[in-house]
Amino acid sequence: MAALLRASELRARYGWTRVLHGVSFEVEEGGITTILGANGAGKTTTLRAVSGLVSTEGSVHFAGGRIDGRAPEDLVRAGIAHVPEGRGTFVGLTVEENLRLGAYARRERARSDDFERVYQYFPILRERRRQVAGTLSGGEQQMLAIARALMLSPRLLLLDEPSLGLAPLVMREIFRIVRAINRDHGVSVLLVEQNAAIALELADHAYVLETGRVVLAGPPAILKQDDAVRRSYLGY
Amino acid sequence: MDIFLQQVVSGLATGGIYASLALALVMIYQATDVVNFAQGEMAMFSTYLAWSMLNAGLPYWVAFTATLALAFVGGLLIERIVIRPVENAPVLAVVIVCIGLLVILNSVAGWIYSYIQKPFPSPFPGTPIRFGNVVFGAHDLGAIGITLVVLLFLYVFFRYTTLGLAMRAAAQNPVSSRLCGVRVGWMLAIGWGLAALVGAVAGMMVAPIVFLDPNMMAGILIYAFASATLGGFTSPGGAVVGGLLVGVIENLVGTYVRFIGTELKLTVALAIIIIVLVVKPSGLFGRVVVRRV
Repeated sequence: MAALLRASELRARYGWTRVLHGVSFEVEEGGITTILGANGAGKTTTLRAVSGLVSTEGSVHFAGGRIDGRAPEDLVRAGIAHVPEGRGTFVGLTVEENLRLGAYARRERARSDDFERVYQYFPILRERRRQVAGTLSGGEQQMLAIARALMLSPRLLLLDEPSLGLAPLVMREIFRIVRAINRDHGVSVLLVEQNAAIALELADHAYVLETGRVVLAGPPAILKQDDAVRRSYLGY
Repeated sequence: MDIFLQQVVSGLATGGIYASLALALVMIYQATDVVNFAQGEMAMFSTYLAWSMLNAGLPYWVAFTATLALAFVGGLLIERIVIRPVENAPVLAVVIVCIGLLVILNSVAGWIYSYIQKPFPSPFPGTPIRFGNVVFGAHDLGAIGITLVVLLFLYVFFRYTTLGLAMRAAAQNPVSSRLCGVRVGWMLAIGWGLAALVGAVAGMMVAPIVFLDPNMMAGILIYAFASATLGGFTSPGGAVVGGLLVGVIENLVGTYVRFIGTELKLTVALAIIIIVLVVKPSGLFGRVVVRRV
């Protein structure tokens, strides 16, 4: 399979602090790739580099074209949907308005079947559609964040720690839906996670990031056998 | 009772003007956390543009519409050219820029048009309108009507259009908005444009009452501050209600409290600001902003 996204030698810093020291990875078309790492490893920065929120050295290619240095507003239009850390909910707007914003960058207007599709994955959002998003629970806000991204009909979905702060059952449900979205619509996924167990279950390719460097890469089955990964990320 | 009713209606008329200007202040405050001290002078300058066009012989409503368009473009350009460079500067720097803008607009207007007061026409008939024993000024009723139309237009725009939704989103959560593809910088510029447009309406409605001169908005702006403070700087609807309340309170106090009269009316606005800030700083309808530390 061809790579939909290829990042090579990404370097980034905040002020004088270097956060990424040459990170390279690929996301296959239609695949799910995960980047694992502890707090401060540079996972969020890596995603922000891909979606254009931080400037980087190195190169990023998406669907054959070079995209590093382009603004997030343009990359959204190219089909990259970024579900940011902390969910990025518009807390003062209703659920439906949040979803309408998800479709903002599309050429054609969001139709009722776009909402239908999203509500099929997340029935709870249909019930809550007139509710102000700030009143949703954490799990519902995470669902809303993914639903908002889905409204774009993206080619690539960037997920920043969707498991953060969620009850295990809710988390399982969300990962099941991500898998379904990937399968049903061929949306490629780049998932950044601390919860290695669940991420390795979902992904078909994995990278381990430590202090801004890729220290391990390979299919999940192999990584699960790795002693260092087991000790540091899986806890057994 | 008749006098009371008359004073309430005339209070609503000036209150509507305060409400428009307060709404303009709140729109910019919500989007950028900055109180635009130049809002009044922008309105004054727009009104002079209208005056020039009327003087050149254009019919009132043509000049009115053209002024709104010019005000919108002017507000947009001011944001792009003057405010944009200090976007990420500390709030005080932006405030200073706004005050600078105030002084510049005031001086330029004085330089072009002189500081002598000019009469400004009202589009409404001069004859008062009678309901039984109560007499209303036609301009008062007209100004209330125009204000309502403007407010309704803004409500529909922000509530139902995609652009309005994107502007609300940009004001609330700029990063998330960018990730949705919203061009946040332009939303702020359009916000300034709309605020200038609303201000221009206020200017053209108040000019027939206070006469046109470069300092005509100074007092009105203080009433607008009082209105926004009373209603809550975080609530557009609150600013409107605040404006109407301030207009009515000001008029009634001026009529019934003898020692205040017309001379000390402006004190009422300042008193309102102080009382609200002491008793309920977030205003009647404002959100209390809690900051985690």
